[in-house]
Amino acid sequence: MAATKEEIVAGLAEIVNEIAGIPVEDVQPEKSFTDDLDVDSLSMVEVVVAAEERFGVKIPDDDVKGLKTVGDAVDYIINHQD
Amino acid sequence: MTAKIRPAKGAPYARILGVGGYRPARVVPNEEILKHIDSSDEWIRTRSGITTRHWAGPEETVAEMSLAAAGKAVAAAGITPDRIGAVVISTVSHFKQTPSIATEVAHRLGTGKAAAFDISAACAGFGYGLTIAKGLIVEGSAEYVLVIGVERLSDLTDLQDRSTAFLFGDGAGAVIVGPAEEPAIGPTVWGSEGDKADVISQTVPWDEFRGDDVSKLPVDENGEPKFPAIRQEGQTVFRWAVFEMAKVAQQALDAAGVSADDLDVFIPHQANMRIIDSMVKTLKLPEHVTVARDVETTGNTSAASIPLAMERLLATGQAKSGDTALVIGFGAGLVYAATVVTLP
Repeated sequence: MAATKEEIVAGLAEIVNEIAGIPVEDVQPEKSFTDDLDVDSLSMVEVVVAAEERFGVKIPDDDVKGLKTVGDAVDYIINHQD
Repeated sequence: MTAKIRPAKGAPYARILGVGGYRPARVVPNEEILKHIDSSDEWIRTRSGITTRHWAGPEETVAEMSLAAAGKAVAAAGITPDRIGAVVISTVSHFKQTPSIATEVAHRLGTGKAAAFDISAACAGFGYGLTIAKGLIVEGSAEYVLVIGVERLSDLTDLQDRSTAFLFGDGAGAVIVGPAEEPAIGPTVWGSEGDKADVISQTVPWDEFRGDDVSKLPVDENGEPKFPAIRQEGQTVFRWAVFEMAKVAQQALDAAGVSADDLDVFIPHQANMRIIDSMVKTLKLPEHVTVARDVETTGNTSAASIPLAMERLLATGQAKSGDTALVIGFGAGLVYAATVVTLP
């Protein structure tokens, strides 16, 4: 069953916390991965791979650059999950 | 008539008998790199884990570095050079196309008339060379094989490319592979993914410099054509190296019948500390496994990185002879090779 927007935000928050040590509550849709959450380009790859596994989506490298904010990632996952 | 052909008689198994390394004298700190790019020591350290690298001087040629490393490997193996039946050198930074650098090294080392040739397998070059060596020994074409990974990547570094200027280093690593009574080099899990050729590559081929049309050449700030350099797509390389290569590493363990718990040492290609850290995490290696982190002070030396890291682990006592090590190389091609070995 497809995850809801809230579930995806919560899931991404857990992933970002695990990979970059950012407090779960800081991971909000309007936050920029790079500027607000200090997720660098390599950690972003780890976040993406973890999100792929968790939400059953494929996020190709070319699309990763378009995911600036947590909200961008949430929208991408909603639009691409089965 | 089809005559009956007598096959060669090889050794039952092969093993690494000695390892040697050569690092150029000049140590280049991040501060020196920062004269050319807008970056910071902290940025370089957090993105790569690299603090210093060695860059070769004019006298430290590919041949000289190879000979220095090979001499140590021969001494460590306790053989004389004339016992070496084949010399295999992996490099992408020997700029004379022919003859191969291996023939010069074989001659100057005193191997006599050993078979000698170069291979091009980028950062997987050591694993490719080791696999060839094992085959030659078991098949019977050579009793001892010298495998060298050697690079002067400083010659292929674009000092103005802020994503790669800090990455590369120079050096040589060599091993002597010889006959063994017990298996000491596992099956190689290797391959290539030519559909990803553009992910890591030389900026322009050499022949673009010939002729009048220089429009395809990259230029520096003065509009002068730049010498070719290695460029890469960092995020794509990172994803492939960590997640796809972790699968290959696991396959090499499975093929050798060795579990992660049996492992003493993990020597991945020293590409970047972040790749190494993520691979260790993805592979879920137990805490007791010693992980090579030579990239911190050696940088990425492509084909030389695994034997250099192996030599340092043994020299510093972090690993010991007889330890079981998983080695994996991966790089431009894309190509990869992983196997489990008993350390010399």
